[in-house]
Parts: sequence; structure tokens; C-alpha cells
Amino acid sequence: MLKFTEDHEWLKIEGDVATVGITEHAAEQLGDLVFVELPDAGSTFDKGGDAATVESVKAASDVYCPLAGEIVEVNQAIVDDPSLVNSDPTGAGWFFKLKLANVSDADALMDETAYQAMIG
Amino acid sequence: MNTSADLLKTPLHSLHLELGARMMAFAGYDMPVQYPMGVMKEHLHTRAEAGLFDVSHMGQILIRAKSGDIRDAALALESVTPVDVAGVAPGRQRYGLFTNEAGGLSDDFMVANRGDHLYLVVNAACKHEDLARLQAALSDSCEIEAQFDRGLMALQGPEAESALAAYAPEAEDMRFMDVRELSIAGARAIVSRSGYSGEDGYEISLDADDTDRIARLLLSDERVAPIGLGARDSLRLEAGLCLYGNDIDETTTPVEANLKWAIQKARRKGGEREGGFPGAERILGQFETGAERTRVGLQPAGKAPVRAGVELFESDTGGTPVGVVTSGGFGPSAGNPVAMGYVPTALSATGTQLYAEVRGKRLEIAVAALPFVQSTYKR
Repeated sequence: MLKFTEDHEWLKIEGDVATVGITEHAAEQLGDLVFVELPDAGSTFDKGGDAATVESVKAASDVYCPLAGEIVEVNQAIVDDPSLVNSDPTGAGWFFKLKLANVSDADALMDETAYQAMIG
Repeated sequence: MNTSADLLKTPLHSLHLELGARMMAFAGYDMPVQYPMGVMKEHLHTRAEAGLFDVSHMGQILIRAKSGDIRDAALALESVTPVDVAGVAPGRQRYGLFTNEAGGLSDDFMVANRGDHLYLVVNAACKHEDLARLQAALSDSCEIEAQFDRGLMALQGPEAESALAAYAPEAEDMRFMDVRELSIAGARAIVSRSGYSGEDGYEISLDADDTDRIARLLLSDERVAPIGLGARDSLRLEAGLCLYGNDIDETTTPVEANLKWAIQKARRKGGEREGGFPGAERILGQFETGAERTRVGLQPAGKAPVRAGVELFESDTGGTPVGVVTSGGFGPSAGNPVAMGYVPTALSATGTQLYAEVRGKRLEIAVAALPFVQSTYKR
């Protein structure tokens, strides 16, 4: 099941590892992405830390780490072709895999219904 | 913070909403930043076919000499601009600059000789200040008429000529910087063969009441797509054209801004009407001694866009900034990031290697020739 943050990230949690990306809504708001900068595998972030940067033709935006944890894998494919984030934000356009410091922290995040209600 | 209710609306406002534009506040107007096609595709569509831009927020001003002789209006305008206005032939247009006493730039504009009067198009954010400047400096000898309610559209791209000629065949005969009155499907329009995308195309001035109808007519051609301010910015940046407020402002002189070409011989030292504009001493002095800094194109080596405000360094560590980026982003036609900014003149040769500090990292960036994409004006 997918979980969502107020900052428009999604998490797919399997065991203690979450695959993280940005939502379709966020990808649409950002417009055509032309550059993605990802964190190094092995780096650790607190909840809300600046984990990645995305840039559209017009502007740069931060992607926050949705929960505390350690980056265990990043998606080089979106660095090579940032348009994957626009075309398939919840699939091939994932950003990184995060080993969660506390899996139970995910309970506080929104489910899909709550997220859809938030973005209206 | 402006709410959309406080913002001014152009004659095309309801069309923008109908077309699904994402709107933003710009120079006091509620303007389209992009349409559903998106900035990238809008940019590429303009270069491949034709784009229609609403630029009605810009200011249109007419100047008529009280004597009835347009030369008197031209000479009066020369008191506030270093441009050779008297040398603009009837039916022709020229790029102009307003300067301040310190030699800085107060605005840039287009000026056309319309036979019995001058026609100016000035930037939206500066138009009230420009009007006041003209009234203060020219009112003794000229009538000045602001036409801030008129519509203004830019039709740009390789298919612009045939798209406009379908309704106004004479548009085909116009050359770059020609200005004529044309009838477009019965609407009286002032048309110039110009724009700000680096592409061939036209700017079309219309009565507010005609603007929506003519816009819809042009958009009914499948080659013509509506284009927002987002793509307008990336197009003009690739074309190496200055955005007032970013690349030029009250602190930059024409020489620093690499706009010496906009000051014709007649106004330079030894010219028949040398000087006589605000800041002339400093500006003409810089023609002889050079300026300490120069606006240049900048080509980032990597894929990361380098944007306005980013500082430039001579080495990859330490040191103090030597320059600054004034416009930067991704160039959809160039296929890579592009930027422009100011560097010390000693470091302004094409190919000079510099470093841009982006999010704490020093990225390689080289001084590059402008424009990034070759312009296609019909000269």
C-alpha cells in the first residue's frame, strides 16, 4: 500500500525499506523536468531533510526525505532521463530506496484517500 | 500578495482561462505562464511552427510633435535615449534604451517611425515610469498618448508568416523591423516584423475589442499554438536577448550590457548628434576606455541548470565571486542548460572557464557566444 506526505512524496513500504518518489500531482505541478540530483547511497536523513533536487525548465525544487532513514539505492535512470518522472511518477520515475529508522513512523502518513482529499 | 481579483486583465484573459492556462501575477497582470502543452513543448513548437503570445501587458505609447514634423518628435525623444531616433526611416522600427544620469538603463523598448508619429512599445513593469519620463521631458514639444488598454500579440516561428498572410497577405512583403498598418480579417492592426524569441515573426497591436477575435482566428490555424510567459523566457534567453530587470537594470550601462550596437554612430563621440542623453558622459567614456564588466553568454558544462543570482568564481575552491548569472535555465532547443550574466571584461573571452556555485558545489561554466540558437529573422 502506498503512503503519502503533505510534501507530495509517495512511499511504497516493503519490510523496512521504502521506495520513494513524487506524486503525479507534484510532477504535473513542476512541469517538464530537465535535471534530477539524487543523494548518495549510504547517506542518512532526518524526516524532512533535503534529499534530492529536481529542476524544470523554469525552477528548482527540493524533494524531502519523507521519514528518517538511510538511502540504500538511488534510481540512476531518472538522472539520465528526468522526463521519466513526468511520464511515470509512481513507477519508473521512483527516486530512492530508504531503509527506515523506525518502520512504525509510516503509520502517521496519509493513505491514498487522505492524500487525494488534501490535493482536492 | 496580490490576489487574482487585484490583478489587471488583458483583452485575452478569458481566452487564456478557456485554453486551460496556468496563470500567475506578472507586472500587475494576471498572465498565462503556460498552457496544458507545457513550457518545453511550447518552446519547441514555437521554433518548429508558430506560437502566439499575449503581450498586451506591455505599454504602447504614441508621440506626436506639436509642430507636425516627426523629426521634432524624434529629436525630443533623443533627449532621453542614446538611440539614433531621427535616423529611423518611415515604416521602420529600432531597439531603444532609456538611460539614467548614472549611465544605467531605466528600460528598453522598441520605437517605430509611423510617418506622422513615433510608436513605442515599452516593458510592462516600467510603462508608467516611462510615460512619466516622456511627459516630463517631451511635453513642451510633443503630445504623448498612452495606449495601455490596447491588445498586443506576438506571433513567432517559421510558420508565422504564412499563418498571418492567410488574413493579411501584405505581411509576406515585410522585412525584419518593418512596421505597417494592416487589415487582419477586417481589424485595423499595427504590425511589426519583430518579436523577442529569436524567430521570424510579428508583433500585432489591435484595439482591445478586436484582440480576442483575431487571437482565436490565428489559433484556428493548427500550426499556431498559444504560448505562455515560461516559454517566452526560455526562447529569449536562447536568443541572447536581455530581460529588463534581470539582465539589464538601473545599475548596468549599455556598454556593460554589451548593447553598444544599440547606440548608433550619430549619437557617439564625433557623431552629428553626439551625447545629449542622460548619462552620456559615462556611457561614451566607456566606449573609449571599456567597461570593467561585460554581459556574456555562459554555457554550463553539466546538466544542472545555473539560474539567476548564482555567483561565478575563477577557481573551483575559495576566492571571492567575480561575476553573477542574471538569467539561466534549460534551453529546450539547445538541449542543455544555458545562461547569461556579468563577468569582468578581462574574463569575457569566449571559452574562458569559470565556476558557478550551485547548492554549495562549484560547477564548470564557460563564457559562450550569444545567441545559443541562431536567429531566423527575415532581413
